[in-house]
Amino acid sequence: MSKQDTGARDIRFIIRRFNPETDEAPHNKEYTVRVEPGMTVLEGLHQIKGEQDATLVWRFSCRMGVCGSCGMLVNGKPMLACNSQILHLTNSVLTIGPLPNFKILRDLVPDLMPMLKNHIAGKPHIVREDFDPALTPTDEYYQTPEELVRFLQFSYCIKCGCCMAACPTMALDLDYKGPMPLAQYHRYNADTRDGGFEERAKLAGGTGGVVRCHYAGECSNVCPKGVDPARAIQLMKRQLVAGYLGLAKQQEPCGTIGPDPNARHREGVPPPPPFTIDRK
Amino acid sequence: MRETRFWTWHLLAGIAILIFGGLHMIVMHLDGILGWFNPAGGSALDWANVVVRSQGFLFPVVYIILLGVTLFHGFYGLRNILLELGIGRCGRVTVNILLVGGGIVLFTIGAVAAIKAMGV
Repeated sequence: MSKQDTGARDIRFIIRRFNPETDEAPHNKEYTVRVEPGMTVLEGLHQIKGEQDATLVWRFSCRMGVCGSCGMLVNGKPMLACNSQILHLTNSVLTIGPLPNFKILRDLVPDLMPMLKNHIAGKPHIVREDFDPALTPTDEYYQTPEELVRFLQFSYCIKCGCCMAACPTMALDLDYKGPMPLAQYHRYNADTRDGGFEERAKLAGGTGGVVRCHYAGECSNVCPKGVDPARAIQLMKRQLVAGYLGLAKQQEPCGTIGPDPNARHREGVPPPPPFTIDRK
Repeated sequence: MRETRFWTWHLLAGIAILIFGGLHMIVMHLDGILGWFNPAGGSALDWANVVVRSQGFLFPVVYIILLGVTLFHGFYGLRNILLELGIGRCGRVTVNILLVGGGIVLFTIGAVAAIKAMGV
């Protein structure tokens, strides 16, 4: 992205519109917006909705690139609308559409449920055989900073779906799970606190799993959080092949440090609130 | 895990092709320099050399292995390409059956030819 002229100017917004109740197929609609320097695509859409067309629909929440709700196709590239300044993208025309490779619910709102179902199927949480981390949340784990770095970048994923929209394999392969769920399988597999590799390996190594990835790398190029899903998928390929050939290191999940028996409540500090869930 | 299994064998088949295909290329195309496995001298495709190689144990085995790994490697790659064309579940089953069936038929023909050549 190169910085353009910083003065305010009129920008033509060409927006893909689709209402499944009234339209047979998506169509484009044009709007002209007076764009000030620093104005984001999301703000441009708000201006259109407030002043020109109240029927325009899109999804948004945090406005600061954290929630991952406002992923859309802007000038042919998947990105977060809240994170992209209009004058950094264009001087004249801005095309906006819903994220490709998803069913369109309405206008700029894609149906993210297939992606999220695959994500949930991979148990995106710490899986332990010895105890349930959800029921003993106060225990600390023995994990070194180096072990943390192995999965840290993958944990920055905000599930916006931009990687799924950019993936060429997603566009063709009906079974492919896509970069987001697969990268998240690796995020937990690479976590030394976790013991759920076998369960996730069945998904990642099954139909539509990691071997379908052609390593085009577009998922990593478009990720607004700098996550590298393509790398996660290649690492998981290596892990799966090594596991199948019996070459993988067998490692138990790291241990935990229980509550300190010598710890005493400090005077003047209010007691912690009671647990909101039943503990075993 | 099925795809992991297939993909691992796809990689191993690629390595086997490098080794056995490399041996084939050396014997066939470097015959003028090395003359390996060409006891009668001259070209590697001279009848006498072909007969000697076919009647031994090593070459029929090498060619049968090479045929098997090449068929698996090629057909698995073709299957991946076909499955990515957006065909439905029925089409995918058909592709799998055709490729597995075709592979078995071609392997049988090739293997029988190599074994029969031992008795020439």
